[in-house]
Amino acid sequence: MTVKTQTQTQTQSGSLARIFNSRKNYLKVPWWQYLLALFLSVLFLFPLYWMGSTSLKTMEQAYAFPPVWIPNPIMWENYVRIFTELPFALFTLNSLIITVLNTIGVTFSAAFVAFGFARLRAKGRDVLFIILISTIMLPYQVILVPTFLLFKYLGWINTFGPLIVPAFFGGGAFNIFLLRQFFMGIPFEYDEAAIMDGAGWFRIFWSIILPMAKPALTAVAVLNIVYVWTDFFGPLIYLNDLNKMTLAVGLAFLRGQHSAVLTLLMAGSMLSTIPMLIVFFLAQRYFVSGIQLGGIKG
Amino acid sequence: MAAINQLPPPRRRGLNLKPSQRETVAFYIFILPWLLGFVIFTLGPMLASAYLSLTEFSIMSPPKWVGLLNFQQMFQTKLFWQSMYNTLYMVALDLPLGLVAALGAALLLNQKLRGVNVFRSIFYLPVLIPAIANILLWVWIFDKDAGILNTIIKSVGLPPQPWLTSEIWSKPSLIFMNLWAVGGAMLIFLAGLKGIPQELHEAAKIDGASAWQAFWKITLPLLSPTILFMLVIGVIGEFQIFTQGYILGGGPNFSTTFYVLLLFNNAFRYLKMGYASAMAWVLFAITLVITLAVFRSTPYWVYYESERRR
Repeated sequence: MTVKTQTQTQTQSGSLARIFNSRKNYLKVPWWQYLLALFLSVLFLFPLYWMGSTSLKTMEQAYAFPPVWIPNPIMWENYVRIFTELPFALFTLNSLIITVLNTIGVTFSAAFVAFGFARLRAKGRDVLFIILISTIMLPYQVILVPTFLLFKYLGWINTFGPLIVPAFFGGGAFNIFLLRQFFMGIPFEYDEAAIMDGAGWFRIFWSIILPMAKPALTAVAVLNIVYVWTDFFGPLIYLNDLNKMTLAVGLAFLRGQHSAVLTLLMAGSMLSTIPMLIVFFLAQRYFVSGIQLGGIKG
Repeated sequence: MAAINQLPPPRRRGLNLKPSQRETVAFYIFILPWLLGFVIFTLGPMLASAYLSLTEFSIMSPPKWVGLLNFQQMFQTKLFWQSMYNTLYMVALDLPLGLVAALGAALLLNQKLRGVNVFRSIFYLPVLIPAIANILLWVWIFDKDAGILNTIIKSVGLPPQPWLTSEIWSKPSLIFMNLWAVGGAMLIFLAGLKGIPQELHEAAKIDGASAWQAFWKITLPLLSPTILFMLVIGVIGEFQIFTQGYILGGGPNFSTTFYVLLLFNNAFRYLKMGYASAMAWVLFAITLVITLAVFRSTPYWVYYESERRR
């Protein structure tokens, strides 16, 4: 019965299949699925290509009809201009400072709190955990105005404080949940052995659990880097001065100016995108593991 | 876990506590950062926001108690209902279309294609583009006169459309744009598909089931917990749409004034902080109702393997 189904698929997919699937492992996949995947890949890549190519064109070529597919000459000057004529170097630095400090705060404080919830027993733990989980459902807007007022009274408007300091207070309910799931999977015998040897809880956390949780910590850190770097709402509310702005708000601000030049806006957009592409290619597998860690098992 | 209590206590430091008491103290020390954060940045602001929603408050002068006036005004404002319509439009169309596309992409890239990891990366790339860069790019692609989309449409002999600058087309354009970024949802579906035991599909094949039947009878039921998860975070996500509407100035003719954009404008442009807080609570109530409705419906369509085992 199985043999029959296999031969059927083979004859159906025809001769192209043999070209595409020359190795036997791939025999089962019909050729049109390759074609579809390739076609969609072009569709997915094209807008990104168009951003990049527009960013390297002269203004005439950007608006030319018929469209210019490959910029000629290649205007690297556009990238020089966003750094010299516009404050993009400062935007990048600001984005970098906020992203790095926020991510340090989120990763370590989420791990610290998650350790408590995962490996220590105490009265009230379960109730507190339910409260923690339910805050994931709370829309940020509900606490938006008072949080803004709080930072205003603290005199923190137009500083990086509101975008960094809260990260050190638990690092977000979802990250705590994620790390707790991972910590619970580590055998408790490690803790018991360490206690026998006279280690305290902090020691167990720092020297045993943290080193073993490196993949999970990296996943949380990587996802947070993308989240903070691309965040628009936070910096929009808290940062007003041009020299305090991140890439995201800086771009939006410059677009609102009359002097906004398309090719430069695209160069700025590329500049804000490229670091994310680098992070992705360096830490690809953590994107997937971070999602699996979420434990979408229902 | 039970074994921990029988163990000798950790090294004694000062206080003479029982091991279980030590553990309790340690627990509260470990969760202290979150506990403080919860009180300062969540619980406190929540209470304050509930109070402010019943006041008129413009920062300049102290809040003035107005009772339910904000809510009354809100429900009588045309723009409020317009923003609600715009947002529900996205919930009704953007969310299901996005989920179907993401599931389709995940099914395709769950096959043993050669170079499947390259395909997965390519499909995922758009997710990494900051929302602001994304919308700037698409404003350019959708440009009425010089945009590449209209150029292509014209070249095949179809009439060009005004896309983002038209009241009718602006939201469909945004949906199209969001379809480009299905990679995130795709990755979650892929993780879900990986959790389906291969034997089930093989058994179905032996019994003579077609791929179509196997999809409806095996893949979809076993994927339903993932779909539930995506549906819940999807509804919340659609209600949070902001950046796109903000860059489009909420137009044309308020057709991209989404709920959170209207809330933001009230809070930070018109400094109607009380009114904005009231809007936030209405938002919370709506998402809560929809989420609960989704959860209520789960016995009819979500399949949990653990249920059967019990």
